[in-house]
Amino acid sequence: MSVLIILLVPLVAAALAGIPARRPWASGVTVVACLIVLALAARAAWIVAAGGSVTAALGPAWANWVAVDGLSALILVLVALIATTAGIFSVGYLAHESLARAKLRLYHANYNLFVFSMLAIPLIAEPTLVWIVVELTTLASALLVSFENTREALEAAWKYVVLSLMGAGFALFGFLVLFAAMHAAGGGTYTWTGLVAAAPRMPPLLVQTAFLLILIGLGTKVGLVPMHTWLPDAHSQAPSPVCALLSGIETTSILYVILRLFPVMQAVPGAHAETWALVLGLISVGTAAFLLLQVHDYKRLFAFSTVEHMGVILTAVGLGASAHYGAMQQIVSHAVTKSFCFFAAGATLLAVGTRDIAAVRGLIRRAPAAGAALVLGGLGITGAPPLAVFLSEFAILKAGISQGHYVGAGLLALFIVIAFFGVMLHVNRMVFGAPENGAAEPEPSGPHGANGSRLPISCALALILAAVPVLVLGVYIPPPLRALLAQAAAALAR
Amino acid sequence: MSDATRQLIENLNALAAGLFLLTAFGIVAMRQARGCLMLFIAQSLLLAVSAALLGLRFDSGHLYGVALVNLISKPIIVPWLLRRVAPAELYTRREVDQVLNIPTALLIALALAIGAYFLGIPLAKAVGPSSVGPNVPIGIAGLLLGAFTLTVRREALPLLIGLLAMENGAFLAGISIAHDLSMLVELAIATDGLIIVFIVGVLVRAVAKQVGTTAVGELASLREAAARNTERAA
Repeated sequence: MSVLIILLVPLVAAALAGIPARRPWASGVTVVACLIVLALAARAAWIVAAGGSVTAALGPAWANWVAVDGLSALILVLVALIATTAGIFSVGYLAHESLARAKLRLYHANYNLFVFSMLAIPLIAEPTLVWIVVELTTLASALLVSFENTREALEAAWKYVVLSLMGAGFALFGFLVLFAAMHAAGGGTYTWTGLVAAAPRMPPLLVQTAFLLILIGLGTKVGLVPMHTWLPDAHSQAPSPVCALLSGIETTSILYVILRLFPVMQAVPGAHAETWALVLGLISVGTAAFLLLQVHDYKRLFAFSTVEHMGVILTAVGLGASAHYGAMQQIVSHAVTKSFCFFAAGATLLAVGTRDIAAVRGLIRRAPAAGAALVLGGLGITGAPPLAVFLSEFAILKAGISQGHYVGAGLLALFIVIAFFGVMLHVNRMVFGAPENGAAEPEPSGPHGANGSRLPISCALALILAAVPVLVLGVYIPPPLRALLAQAAAALAR
Repeated sequence: MSDATRQLIENLNALAAGLFLLTAFGIVAMRQARGCLMLFIAQSLLLAVSAALLGLRFDSGHLYGVALVNLISKPIIVPWLLRRVAPAELYTRREVDQVLNIPTALLIALALAIGAYFLGIPLAKAVGPSSVGPNVPIGIAGLLLGAFTLTVRREALPLLIGLLAMENGAFLAGISIAHDLSMLVELAIATDGLIIVFIVGVLVRAVAKQVGTTAVGELASLREAAARNTERAA
């Protein structure tokens, strides 16, 4: 069976979601499509993990354009997983009657297109085509970020689009230079594997220039400091299920494109891709850890935490081959935990109607489910044992120390601890803090206030489903996933 | 092809590239929104001319394709699409206060162009004999000036033009170093440019309706008080 069916499903769903029908139709289409995609992606990942191969099965011409290895299978299955839980969460999150039906259809059509573009990133193996689907992720999600149509949401969407596309301009030139480098090396097919094969013959100057252009260009969309300024805005103003997708997996799937260049760079003498990753990664972790301390909006809190985690993954890649397994594990644990965090933030927003940290106190009494989820999310994302992020961050630090990177690993550990206190300080006050003297309980306001503290069933279901991997992956990694992680880590080296 | 013809073609290409650079400077400095669009159209035409000339020089059907795609998508479809989706007042806007005044902006733009020259020449050398003329350094200059436009302009249309001009710059360099990129990719990139115009147009319309301005660069309510300094510095 052709792996391209995975791409066809969300496209069909996007068209179907546009049909004017009763309210549950569009949400239903999204959920069903995501479940199908998840099943197909899991099957593909299963085959790859077992050592088999997944192809487009459409003849030799397509073989150059579509390829799935361990690394891409990992990203593929994560995109499908987060899209599914976020799709389920969307049902209840957007169920309030004040939302026009046309707007709901637009949301779901856009949502499916966004999922399509993210699924295409790992599946496509031709770098310039990957660049185009990266562009599509920005364009498909722009209207999702501005969905609330408030002044702030529009501003966030605008910054997101302009800065992402600005980065994409540099990245495009980078991919063209890479193509030229391949040409100068005597040609070959322009794919990720073709690049790795041709790398030793490429002019080093061209490869290095291309790498830097792509690192800066796509790094903007990953949210690496100092190109991160748009990220907390976009990742806090979008509806919470969209935030889960943006923060949980979109950033990582763009990072995946950068990671694809590491085996190419290793063949180039004096290229130092690892050093770039280490420095840029540590700067991101450090800056985000301190910025976390002074946020006033709990969704921005988790958005800054995404900047931190992208830094952790990049640092891990820079720490050398033995930390690559940890980096892959971190990709998984970040995706599942961060999406859970945004579901928790969404549930909180539904309950209290404000994003302001200072206005939320004693959440555990007002909305126990949202409060408990927020605590689990906060502990999970900051790496408290025995949750998923703890295991992956521990693996990274251990590998860093065993490689003799004492300074890098030490700084990383320090920043992670600061981020832990930053996040938990705010979460603790919100969930357990007593209302301040004289401050009245804030009245629920805006489009989210209508539900009071009752969480819609689909939101609760999504929270429970999303909590499972956060809890399980901290104590047990199933053998097929372990095989996939090992394969993905191997794809980072020649 | 005789040496004289080849020389003539390369000279004409250099002329087109030089004029391209001039339009990139124009986009940085032009106050009128409509003028920016006109400069962008001129720039896209020059890109098409350069692609056609290089197509002649290397006898590459693919480069003719690039020229044709550029000829159709940017001068014709982009303005049409803008008229359809974006509010009409977009064109009539005139920017009185830019972030930097125009002489300063042009001075910085000049510095960027000189920097692009020093970046571009070694790159073009590394590519080898298949890279002719000043396309690589001028393309990089176009890329940098487009990015610079994004940082100094506040009106929506010049910002959009800045984005598209970056892509033009990348392409001007690209046609001289990557002649035989597949046509599918080429078409996809052109389509991508149109989607950019559409999405940005829709966003600008929403901003104009909700906030009452098309000076989107002036939107700045989303910042923590303490974060402001850090983010500015970044």
